Amino acid sequence: MSSPAIATARVAVAEVTAQPRRRPFPWSTIVVHGLLILAIAVIAFPLYYAFVISTQDIQEVIQKPPLLLPSSHLKENYAAAWEKAHMGRLLINSAVMAVAIAVGKIAISMLSAFAIVYFSFRGRQLVFWTIFLTLMLPIPVRILPTYEVVGNLGWLNTYAGLTIPLMASATATFLFRQFYLTIPNELAEAAQLDGCGPMKFLWSFLLPLSWANIAALFVVLFIYGWNEYLWPMLITNTEEMRTVVIGLETLIPRSGTELPTWNLIMAGAMMALLPPVLIILVMQRWFVKGLIESEK
Amino acid sequence: MAAGAVRRTVFRNRWLPYVLVLPQMAVTVVFFCWPAGKSFYLSLFKSPPFGGRDIFVGLENFRQLLTTPEYYDSVINSFVFAGGVTAISVILGLVVAALANQKIRGLSVYRTALLWPYGVAPAVSGIIFLFIFHPAYGVLPYALSFVTTYEFNWLLKGWIAMTLVIVATAWTHLGYNIAFYLAGLQAIPGSVMEAADVDGAGLIRRFTSIVVPLLSPVTFYLVVVNMVFAFFSSFGVIHAVTQGGPGGATDIMVYKTWKDGFVGLNLGSSAAQSVILMAVVIGLTMLQFKFVEKRVTY
Repeated sequence: MSSPAIATARVAVAEVTAQPRRRPFPWSTIVVHGLLILAIAVIAFPLYYAFVISTQDIQEVIQKPPLLLPSSHLKENYAAAWEKAHMGRLLINSAVMAVAIAVGKIAISMLSAFAIVYFSFRGRQLVFWTIFLTLMLPIPVRILPTYEVVGNLGWLNTYAGLTIPLMASATATFLFRQFYLTIPNELAEAAQLDGCGPMKFLWSFLLPLSWANIAALFVVLFIYGWNEYLWPMLITNTEEMRTVVIGLETLIPRSGTELPTWNLIMAGAMMALLPPVLIILVMQRWFVKGLIESEK
Repeated sequence: MAAGAVRRTVFRNRWLPYVLVLPQMAVTVVFFCWPAGKSFYLSLFKSPPFGGRDIFVGLENFRQLLTTPEYYDSVINSFVFAGGVTAISVILGLVVAALANQKIRGLSVYRTALLWPYGVAPAVSGIIFLFIFHPAYGVLPYALSFVTTYEFNWLLKGWIAMTLVIVATAWTHLGYNIAFYLAGLQAIPGSVMEAADVDGAGLIRRFTSIVVPLLSPVTFYLVVVNMVFAFFSSFGVIHAVTQGGPGGATDIMVYKTWKDGFVGLNLGSSAAQSVILMAVVIGLTMLQFKFVEKRVTY
């Protein structure tokens, strides 16, 4: 604990004793910028490469040396991939799944966090720890029985089956609980004195205060829902119900006889990754907040 | 952490709180607790492949698992995979975040340019890297062919297939670690850095003797979270890219659990593998909460 104090003292001493220095040429700043741009280029390369391939015809794709510049077949490749993989339907399913999971998780987590923070009731501890338990039960540890439950409910190949079983969320509940605890108790007491009931309080006071948290969670949960792979693969087996992340796999031929149309596969990959990446870019501030706060 | 520790109950209502927690509880019990319990139950039975009643076999499923070399291979593969993903994305995440945290212009632009791969599903990333690694047309084997005559073919060599799925997964998760390290770095008081600067510590010296030790709680947390992520969210990249091959070289525990249950229809064995995975996740989660406790007592 004492090190910052010492450090501040040192700075103070240094400020007093240091001679006015001439500002040296900012070599280190330039090096830092250079290294960062290099990192960004390396990180962006796979996406660039996928994009480049998605614009080439098959001759250009397999030529040597590999052509690392975009070609002129963008439109026809994307149209062909769209047609072949029924992209429209896949993208709609992914969007429904991602939005429903995000909204559902946020809604039921807000409600249960509200109950846990603002009410005293028998079994509150039990509720809290049951929600906590879900952190330790990812899909693979209950894979067969969960599938069986969804089957018994008749939810295979339905949006209900794709979304509702994933809506429990310990992280979202804890985030809202944490946030409600920072709101002064006087707010609820004053509201109550004015004759405001609990649901009215939740709707007119807590909800408007929670928008930043809701936006942050929405981005993170949307990405989670969009990119979920194992669950839609288990729950759906018809083409109309597949999501884009698993539908893409069908573009890859497994037999040796078929010539793989890598340009179409990459066009499909671009379409599958663009929506979540765009959401991150557009909602960057919320994304970072959601990422960091929902994991505490 | 416990709910009872907080006293701020304002509203009084006999039934409303139960209605409020009902949706969450219903989903949790029906789709989490009950199936998890059923996994335990199933792990003690053998189901005849052509129907008929389950036969109680005690711990026989576990005994069979623990005596097959294939299962050990999948355990080792899982740790190699998770360890590889974690090492790459945590170390690179720290280095890149430390660079971005230098007092330079345009931090928010850099941050955006570094974070976006988090939006790419590991399976989609896997498909892109599959082509980068493609033995006939990929740019990586082509580039390597100038340096070495080694046949860089992931379809034939297990370690290359493993490298492929590790790199593809680490790529999507790097942004997550950068975000956490940036947040951690911004919490380091500026005076500490200034003092080091005055003392003449260079960029690298400051990094190794100030940034790394001060961020060690963040690192510990990220290692655990990355391990959990690599263990349990990596089904997609394996299924879409290598399908466990070549020759089982990328057959990880999660993939094998699914395959034995849904393809091999060996329900008892699959359930026993689920139970073992549960032990793994409980162990990792407890590690994670050790960290939270530590931070609370700071």
